[in-house]
Amino acid sequence: MADQTNHGAEATQKSDAAYWSANVRIIIISLIIWALVSFGFGILLRPLLSGIAVGGTDLGFWFAQQGSIIVFLALIFFYAWRMNKLDREFGVEEE
Amino acid sequence: MDQFTINLLFVGASFALYIGIAIWARAGSTSEFYAAGRGVHPVTNGMATAADWMSAASFIGMAGLIAFTGYDNSTFLMGWTGGYVLLALLLAPYLRKFGKFTVSEFIGDRFYSPTARVVAVIALLVASLTYVIGQMTGVGVAFGRFLEVSNTTGLLIGACVVFAYAVFGGMKGVTYTQVAQYVVLIMAYTIPAVFISLQLTGNPVPALGLFGEHAASGEPLLAKLDAIVAELGFNEYTAHHGDTFNMVLFTLSLMIGTAGLPHVIMRFFTVPRVADARWSAGWALVFIALLYLTAPAVGAMARLNITDMMWPNGASGDPVSVEMIEGDERYNWMATWQKTGLLGWEDKNGDGRIAYFNDGDADTVAKMQAAGWGDANELTNFNRDILVLANPEIANLPSWVIGLVAAGGLAAALSTAAGLLLAISSAVSHDLIKGSINPSISEKGELMSARVAMAVAIAVATYLGLNPPGFAAQTVALAFGLAAASIFPALMMGIFTKVNNKGAVAGMVAGLLVTLIYIFLHKGWFFIPDTNSFTDANPLLGTIKSTSFGAVGALINFCVAFTVSKMTQPIPQEIEELVESVRVPRGAGVAVDGH
Repeated sequence: MADQTNHGAEATQKSDAAYWSANVRIIIISLIIWALVSFGFGILLRPLLSGIAVGGTDLGFWFAQQGSIIVFLALIFFYAWRMNKLDREFGVEEE
Repeated sequence: MDQFTINLLFVGASFALYIGIAIWARAGSTSEFYAAGRGVHPVTNGMATAADWMSAASFIGMAGLIAFTGYDNSTFLMGWTGGYVLLALLLAPYLRKFGKFTVSEFIGDRFYSPTARVVAVIALLVASLTYVIGQMTGVGVAFGRFLEVSNTTGLLIGACVVFAYAVFGGMKGVTYTQVAQYVVLIMAYTIPAVFISLQLTGNPVPALGLFGEHAASGEPLLAKLDAIVAELGFNEYTAHHGDTFNMVLFTLSLMIGTAGLPHVIMRFFTVPRVADARWSAGWALVFIALLYLTAPAVGAMARLNITDMMWPNGASGDPVSVEMIEGDERYNWMATWQKTGLLGWEDKNGDGRIAYFNDGDADTVAKMQAAGWGDANELTNFNRDILVLANPEIANLPSWVIGLVAAGGLAAALSTAAGLLLAISSAVSHDLIKGSINPSISEKGELMSARVAMAVAIAVATYLGLNPPGFAAQTVALAFGLAAASIFPALMMGIFTKVNNKGAVAGMVAGLLVTLIYIFLHKGWFFIPDTNSFTDANPLLGTIKSTSFGAVGALINFCVAFTVSKMTQPIPQEIEELVESVRVPRGAGVAVDGH
């Protein structure tokens, strides 16, 4: 952070803090979904989903063997897209 | 052309390709050797990461693990992919912004402590060395099976090829070879799966076929599989049988361990920008998912195929006759694999038939006895590691598919071995020699020492591959445990918290020691047989198996680090600034050359 003036440095610091808390919020939401589909739907909540039939078995089995992987993929691409947008909003992207 | 010639052609062609890449991608600077000059496109890097990550265990072992256990081993599928979410969200972009060459360098700088760096290097070396032994053994076995040479010769050929591209090319050579290896291994994995899925369900996409209909019976494939294995006294395929708490903890340990393995993390140092590191993690998971979405289909379909072959007329008909196994072409694979000692059958009651069922289940034994098939399971040995390799033969696929699978298995083992060897050599040359022993070493000298370290690492790994210590099979669990308990928490706290030097060192040491002791208590001290006080069937703490302990070790690391950090001096101003700068992508280009 090589800003020329003190004033500029302070403003940068403030917006960096806002950028960081926005980032942390996106991470937390993403990780809740991450845990929900794998530990939740795939394992702990499977008995609750057992009524929903999917191809010869139930939804929990599908989440454990396929669904969670597909959601993981969506999460990483969503995060990359959202963060690259956030970078530009806060003007912190790389040149 | 016979099978041997075909295998030789496929393996030979793939090796010629790797050598060609080695000649093209020589490294001229330390930046090229450690980070491929940071010029790797995110998609290319994703593909290389996928090959780096998917080892002999993923390629050869995983489908077998799922096939013979069913739902409960979904842990591997979720654990080994879910770690990439942690990597993409919590580590990769920030470590790329930091812009140095090794994982331990970040830990040393961020915690302004040479001790922290050394602890990280030790964890890294132990994790990578134990991991690489399994890969080298895998190379030997694959050669031995497909090219009819001894394991030793096979291993030496494999080591020479890795030497050619890893020593001269460093990260640059390894990256582009891994891209080629990915293409070979994914074709080798999916092509047989597509054939088998078409045979069984008529659907060319194995992942969809798994949840589709079994063409011969019109029932859903999984319902059919559940029914037939239950009839033979085995656990229902899709049902949950193990301990739920341990299943959650094991999955979490695999996820955290994946995100903490240094040879995977360092791949994200090679992309040009922070934004690319984010995309690259996504692409890595795309390429990994192609295999991981296919694996459960391969497992379930192979299980169904094998069961059908043993009971050609269904579980209530007659079991397969010895005459058929020895005479019928479709059963040729059984004789081939019997020779390796990994498959065995025995007509115990002398009725000329081989009855395959669970003889640990009293009801099934009674049923089988009443039907006249005896009281013992006669398919005496079925090593689950042969499942993927034997799969094309079981499904009676053309012989070029078998040659392709041979090349694919070797690609999976070699690509992971090269990635691990690179992590080891950069830890030695960059962290130990340049970082501690001789900081004034010239770039040329460092490049030379990196190459020497790589050559030594290959020699050591080859030796250990030839003379695997008795604990080789358990060491992958150890590698994951150590990565989860030490490296991942240290990196995460370095980015997301203001934990100080003392906290980080205390946390890492506590996490490492407790995890190591827990593993030793269950697997024997230093893996010496019979020195264990507990077993994984009856663990020390509730239902927590030693393989699931990594997550607990990570928790201990976090708790100790926060407590010690609270009681000691806060971090100095310049480290505060370092943390702030790592959190923001701006200026990553500057950090690259600022070394």
